[in-house]
Amino acid sequence: MTADAAPPVPASRWPRWLPRERRRMIWRFLIALVVQVFFLFPVYWLFITSIKSAGDIFARPPVWFPGEPNFRIFGVLFKDGDVWAIYNSLIIASISTVVAMILGTAAAYSLARFKTGGQNLAIWIISQRMIPPIVIVFPIFLLFVWFGWIDSYVGLILLYIAFNLPYVIWMMRGYIEDIPVEVEESALTDGCSRWQALRKIVFPMARTGIFATAVFTFIFAWNEFVFALILTRHDVLTFPVLVTHYYGAQSTFWSKIAALSVLGTLPVFFAVATLQRFLVRGITMGAVKG
Amino acid sequence: MTVAAGRQPNIGHRASLFADRHFKWLVIAPSIIVLLLIGLYPIVHTGIVSFQDITMLAEDTSWSGGKHYAALFSDTRLWESMGHTFLILAIALPIELVLGLLMAQLFLEKMPLKQVFVALLIIPTVISPIVAGSTWRLMFDNQYGPINQIIGWFSSEPVAILWLSRPEWVYPAILVCEVWQWTPFMFLILLAALSNVDRSLIEAAEIDGASFWKIFFRITLPVIKPVLIIAILIRALDLFRIFDIIWAMTKGGPGTLTETISIYTYIRAFKEFETSYAGAIAFLVIILLSIIVIFALKRVEIAR
Repeated sequence: MTADAAPPVPASRWPRWLPRERRRMIWRFLIALVVQVFFLFPVYWLFITSIKSAGDIFARPPVWFPGEPNFRIFGVLFKDGDVWAIYNSLIIASISTVVAMILGTAAAYSLARFKTGGQNLAIWIISQRMIPPIVIVFPIFLLFVWFGWIDSYVGLILLYIAFNLPYVIWMMRGYIEDIPVEVEESALTDGCSRWQALRKIVFPMARTGIFATAVFTFIFAWNEFVFALILTRHDVLTFPVLVTHYYGAQSTFWSKIAALSVLGTLPVFFAVATLQRFLVRGITMGAVKG
Repeated sequence: MTVAAGRQPNIGHRASLFADRHFKWLVIAPSIIVLLLIGLYPIVHTGIVSFQDITMLAEDTSWSGGKHYAALFSDTRLWESMGHTFLILAIALPIELVLGLLMAQLFLEKMPLKQVFVALLIIPTVISPIVAGSTWRLMFDNQYGPINQIIGWFSSEPVAILWLSRPEWVYPAILVCEVWQWTPFMFLILLAALSNVDRSLIEAAEIDGASFWKIFFRITLPVIKPVLIIAILIRALDLFRIFDIIWAMTKGGPGTLTETISIYTYIRAFKEFETSYAGAIAFLVIILLSIIVIFALKRVEIAR
């Protein structure tokens, strides 16, 4: 796609420039369509697998367009109580997100405005995020056995708070630094305490950043697998763990896997649709302001 | 401040003065405590345990010296799992990078439905890796999956490749899933980076007759380099601890062929309950990782 693709356009051939540009645009569009198919077909396949009839799932050759949508398996998930995993995920991800946001935003304010602990503290905080879960999970497992927190909401919620805290602090530090410091200073000279300034000025002004960070924090907790695999048994299984339970040695429950995956993907899908503008900043830990 | 404090009773006044004076530490203290508990304590504990001799059967807390660390060197399964991890990292990361860059270049230009396309490309990156792995397990199923069917269209005889249980096919299958999920991540970051490149500079170079590659290396690359490095570091750290996708697709099989360092540590610690030995592995990983992380964080901090 190199040398011959971009010869210089002499000014004398100006009238022919437009059709050529149009032709190239059509080519780009076609390539983009192929790219879309590669990235979306698996999602489509997952979705149609969840609404296929039992016969269609095990049809050979595979059925690409199921005739009539069949939501039977979703009914089964509700009837058997498997949707509890979604409920568990929702509870754990929501509560841990709210707490992590409160603790993290306060800490981020301290880092952003006072440079508390210097650069080393900031770096230590974000380095906590880089540790692979498997490396720290065993002592936590023993600790939770001691406290009786295995397979409990409180255990997993606490862990996800800690797991997401570095991310929240790091992101919110950036968002707070974007707020001009003069607004707070004038509030402080007008007689606000630091706490009032935090509540009445910083939080409202950083609310888009807070919202975007909260959505990402929620998604991380929602999708997390290793901690949930090790620290839950049956009462508070989260949905990714339950998906892996459907892989049997003898039989694999494809329709259940697909249906639960679809249920578990919908919230994330809607969450992300709301914050496309913050996406790049969110996934690069604030390194790229997008 | 004095006006507000004057209306408060004396004790409250003192407390609020204290709260105001130590404000910066008060608001950060809860976070630091939580991180020390969940971040630092486990590492210290792992370090201690790795010098003891604890298994599920024997709660032997006497010191055993460095025997677990010595055993690491002769543990071929450990080094194989390291090898698998770095193999996946060495293949997946360049592919994600190049594909992401090409896609970003493509979507940078004018195109109908561009916004819709970019929005849809986000989906693979944000879904749970377990869901991604499960989806590709469906796709690669030897009988009921569409992959073999599609290959069958181009071949004269029916295709029934056992993607996830044949040693020669399992890595391509895992890599496809990995690349599928994380190329959009690279793409989104690089698209943001590329849109910061000055278009008029590129157009001027084009008129002067500079080749595509010359423009890329001389104009585009210097601008996107800091972002590129951060994207690579984030992905490298994620790939280093890869667990979910492989767990969903093969659970480390066939045999131990796709065990990564995370999966192997999990098996030693939670399937075979060799606590102290798993602790030694974990500590080795921490040391290896610290080197990368310190380097990475300096870059992220500089780029801010």
